[in-house]
Amino acid sequence: MALLEIRDVTKKFGELVANDRVSFNVDTGAIVGLIGPNGAGKTTLFNCISGLMKPSGGRIIFDGVDITDLPPYRITRMGAVRTFQVVRPLKDMTVLDNVLVGAFLHAAGGAQAHETAETCIRMCNLTEFADKTSGDLPIGIKKRLELARALAARPKLLMLDEVMAGLTSTEVKAALELIRRIRNNGVTLLIVEHIMEAIMPIADKVVVLDGGVKIAEGPPGQIIKDEHVISAYLGAKFSRRLQAGREGGTHA
Amino acid sequence: MNILKRKDLFWLALVAAAALMPAVSAVASNSFIMHVLILILLYACMSQAWNIIGGYGGQVSFGHSVFFGIGAYGAGMAVVTYGMSPWPGILIGMLAAAVVAVVISYPCFKMLSGHYFAIATFAIVEIFNRVFLVWYWVGGALGLDYPVIEEGLKNMMWYDTKTGYYYCALALFALVFGIVRLLEGHRFGYYLRAVREGQETAESLGVNSTAVKLAAMALSAALAALCGAFFVQYNLRVDPPMVMSLDMSMKFVLVTILGGSGTLAGPLLGAAVLIPLQEYTRALWGGLGGGVDLIVFGLLIIIIVVKQPAGISGIIRDIAKRMGRRPTAAKGGTSYGAA
Repeated sequence: MALLEIRDVTKKFGELVANDRVSFNVDTGAIVGLIGPNGAGKTTLFNCISGLMKPSGGRIIFDGVDITDLPPYRITRMGAVRTFQVVRPLKDMTVLDNVLVGAFLHAAGGAQAHETAETCIRMCNLTEFADKTSGDLPIGIKKRLELARALAARPKLLMLDEVMAGLTSTEVKAALELIRRIRNNGVTLLIVEHIMEAIMPIADKVVVLDGGVKIAEGPPGQIIKDEHVISAYLGAKFSRRLQAGREGGTHA
Repeated sequence: MNILKRKDLFWLALVAAAALMPAVSAVASNSFIMHVLILILLYACMSQAWNIIGGYGGQVSFGHSVFFGIGAYGAGMAVVTYGMSPWPGILIGMLAAAVVAVVISYPCFKMLSGHYFAIATFAIVEIFNRVFLVWYWVGGALGLDYPVIEEGLKNMMWYDTKTGYYYCALALFALVFGIVRLLEGHRFGYYLRAVREGQETAESLGVNSTAVKLAAMALSAALAALCGAFFVQYNLRVDPPMVMSLDMSMKFVLVTILGGSGTLAGPLLGAAVLIPLQEYTRALWGGLGGGVDLIVFGLLIIIIVVKQPAGISGIIRDIAKRMGRRPTAAKGGTSYGAA
């Protein structure tokens, strides 16, 4: 069953078409990767799903409900929670306070919120930073904070916008491990990622955007062989040369 | 949890110590000292009321003198116009102030962003001031003068000593600071600070930022009105320039910022420094004309904000940090991940 359905979503900024009739489904319990080169419209699509922007056309169905016109906080309350690519810590608040804001959403009271927050902080290895002011932390920890805060809001669908960008390879490994654990806890994930190596091993399905258009959709193994995808990432010329080399010059 | 409890004990001890003040005969017999103490408590409460929306919520309001004035007129009209006890007037004033606050801020929070809220609140001060000056029903430019009636808590009025007013101010202090202390640990307090730190982030975490800001504004205005009611009971007269003026509005803002906005102790620290200064400059240089106290306020604000933008509570925190506690580690770079 599809938890999230994107149907012909179009987003225009004046003459610029950032998303052009993009459609795909995110199945319950799956990890879906959303990839594409810079400016492909991944974050714009995320903003449309999370309610930060209104699409110019198309519908977004979450959990059977049309959420296209709902404000962001209503979408979060329904269970679709996102993180931001450019981290947005609530700067003057401690790490614990940040996570508590998320935890209060589904908590009956303060004690329960604290419990949820502490679990999420532990999951994201933030325990030693819990009392630190979040604005002063280095980027890797801020990224983990984004994740912990979103987790605390008990999502059904967790949308991660490049949580692994700018992390060291050790940190990426830890993040991947964490993402697997989150999925095993029954959370569906939609992950925007720039780094192919990070997303390919964990995704059940990958959707590729280029220039606002969906150019491919399928399991990772199929995506890495896809001609359009290679051409989008490496350039048309290189792609042609690669194809030509592979097929002994018969390809145009 | 332990630290929280210790902090609360400190506040309870402070209130208890303040309750014993009138027993010290040197204090009780000196009505000027009593007057200064009452005003410190009153201004601490006013600033704490402002602090809810201005400090915790990060929405700078220059209109709190209007809510203060509405509260003052609520009590004043109950006593002067209708010959009743001030209490029902106080409640009506608080309610009216909350309604005015919500009506004014709704369009600002819902449709506009940034500085429009500050500008709108700035404008209502002038509007209310003029309207009340010409409005016959509320006493117009002449204002309301209290009749001599029975003293005591029922009429919230005392003539011989200031002890009654002092305890009233202390009760007000315990109420207002108690409410804000509860807010700090409550869901609403977290949401309010989250909205200040980043509205979109807060919304992405399920916070209805408009509703949170409106509720904070209503509470803030109602408490400011309660302070206004005490103010009129203490002065036994009210006219529009006394309460609904930009001077008065600025005091809400300045006392809080000087003390440290968005902190529980800030308004008290600010009031404890500024109010004695204000009353003594008035007593000494009152002949120079109005506004000397604001000049002193202004100078002090400039000095404090240059030295430590977090105000007096920030300075205290710095000193505490320097006294032994290790400095906070992990100063991170500001570089963000590759786009």
